[in-house]
Amino acid sequence: MKMIAIVSRLAWRNLWRNHRRTLIMLVTIAVGIWAMIFMTALMRGMVNEMVRDAVRVLPGHVQIHHPAYLDDPNIVNSIAAPDSKLLEVLSGPDIVAWTSRVRVPAVVSSARESRSVTLLGVDPATEAGVSFVAGDIVQGQFLENRDDDGIIVGRKLIETLETGLGKRIVIMSQDPDNEIADRGFRITGVFDANTEALEEGYVFTGVKAAQDFLGIPGRFHEVAIVGTDFRQFDRMYQAVKNAAGPDFSVLPWTELNSYLGTMLGVMDGFVLIWFVVVFLALSFGLVNTLVMAVFERIREIGLMLALGVKPIIILSQIVVESLWLLTIGALAGNILAWLTIRPLRDGVDLSSYADGLEMFGYSTILYPEMTMGDVVTANVVVLTLGIIASLSPAIRASRYQPVEALTKV
Amino acid sequence: MSDIRCVNLCRTFHQGDTAVTGLDHVSIDIKKGEFVCLVAPSGGGKTTLLNAIGGLDKPDSGEVWIAGKRIDNLGKSALAEMRLNNIGFVFQAYNLIPVLTARENIEFVMEVQGIPAADRHIRSAAILAEVGLQGLEDRRPAKMSGGQQQRVAVARAIVAEPEIVLADEPTANLDSSSAEQLMDLFVALNRKHNTTFVIATHDQRVMEYARRIVKMLDGRIDQDIPQVGR
Repeated sequence: MKMIAIVSRLAWRNLWRNHRRTLIMLVTIAVGIWAMIFMTALMRGMVNEMVRDAVRVLPGHVQIHHPAYLDDPNIVNSIAAPDSKLLEVLSGPDIVAWTSRVRVPAVVSSARESRSVTLLGVDPATEAGVSFVAGDIVQGQFLENRDDDGIIVGRKLIETLETGLGKRIVIMSQDPDNEIADRGFRITGVFDANTEALEEGYVFTGVKAAQDFLGIPGRFHEVAIVGTDFRQFDRMYQAVKNAAGPDFSVLPWTELNSYLGTMLGVMDGFVLIWFVVVFLALSFGLVNTLVMAVFERIREIGLMLALGVKPIIILSQIVVESLWLLTIGALAGNILAWLTIRPLRDGVDLSSYADGLEMFGYSTILYPEMTMGDVVTANVVVLTLGIIASLSPAIRASRYQPVEALTKV
Repeated sequence: MSDIRCVNLCRTFHQGDTAVTGLDHVSIDIKKGEFVCLVAPSGGGKTTLLNAIGGLDKPDSGEVWIAGKRIDNLGKSALAEMRLNNIGFVFQAYNLIPVLTARENIEFVMEVQGIPAADRHIRSAAILAEVGLQGLEDRRPAKMSGGQQQRVAVARAIVAEPEIVLADEPTANLDSSSAEQLMDLFVALNRKHNTTFVIATHDQRVMEYARRIVKMLDGRIDQDIPQVGR
């Protein structure tokens, strides 16, 4: 304990023997930490927003299907409404919203054009809590109830079909007997989405209307469930899976959209690589500072060894000196990161790059996300690797022979 | 019993292809409380012998015994421990730790020894008075003269009451008056605490204080002369 006090005091005072060098190093560490946290907050915000958007489009956090539906989205691969056991889980605290849908491939035709789409029969009361569509109506209105047989189409699709609000379009699909099912629907609403693919690829009608149209009363194709956090879905997923039983396919969004699921994992790995790269840049300065500090104090180190200070104490002193530098620099970097991220909490408007961003599924408003996990990781990386980097000059200092060190010029 | 015993010490330094003899079969016994001057021209081996006695350098062969314990075969940490508890050092220059005040420099060895702060303060205050540095306790070395720095170094060397004080050219950077004051202090401490002093020097003024002069030449003991001393 006493040695810790001596070592800390000597390290602290030695740190300020060369103010300019120490300050430059502190600024370097602070900027390094700031860059780690700030850039990660931007990237994290971008990716998380993309995942949230993607999850909010339709899939939710977990989906239930007929076991064959994902491989063969045929109308016959349908499921019944959730039973009482599943309903009990779906009303639990881990679940924010859920909805049952009819979902089949279809062809939509206007007087001028035809397009292949996915027809979704939805319950407007529950769909609003799961997906975006109810909130992004730009013309007309969303469906009123399960029986509503109006059709909601995307802005791009209405352009492509060269039709308009209030006009009729024909939906053609397949019934369970492999016969053509078709009927006219009146366009009652137009929705806006982040991507044109969404606007052109999906149409919505009431779930009861869809079931009647397709001849599958009381049947659904998917149950979409939203939990509290897209990252923390595991407990909810397991509960739903257990309640649904083996006759259903229950999958989390990371498997339903494996591209995004993989991307999230890659993002975590990329963050760590980014931290290490930034650290490597600043470690050159750190090691150089410590090497110079040792080089300038060889005789002093020799004196301390001659007086009976053990080599391990000399080593500790250099390491603690590095620790002081890293701690103060990291603290400054954390404060700087907080000060620069906080003003951006209402979002950074990237609408001037909207076209490019849309192509990748990014939102035009970027909300930086400074997570405690990233802040802790950045600091742990810098402190741990910084101490490891300082070991080289520290070991060198501790290995001096007193008589050699004392006679160094 | 001898406080310091060197048996057949040899030490050779290599400068490129040239071998320089530092110590050539040196044997010497120094008893507790002796005040010895090692005298030699430059390169004569006095500092090499002092370093071997203090465990700062290892001889190529031979034995070094301090207070009945052989030290030439000890590891770095054990040697550090031995120096900490048995030997006080005073060097020619660069004697003090620049970031510590005079009081902190004096207390440094005691602090490393683990002596409680209250005891340290009492002892450092007493020794500061003894070496005439009252009022300079809180000055750092850069704000003190060479003589004052050397007195702080002496205070540090003796405050922990080591059995042996080794001094290498302690007066080399001092004016006559400071040198005389320092040597008076050495003698007083030697008499008061019965501390063994071994001083490497070629300063005639220092030799006058010694009660034993060991003259060295080319790494060997040439003459070992007892004298009255001042």
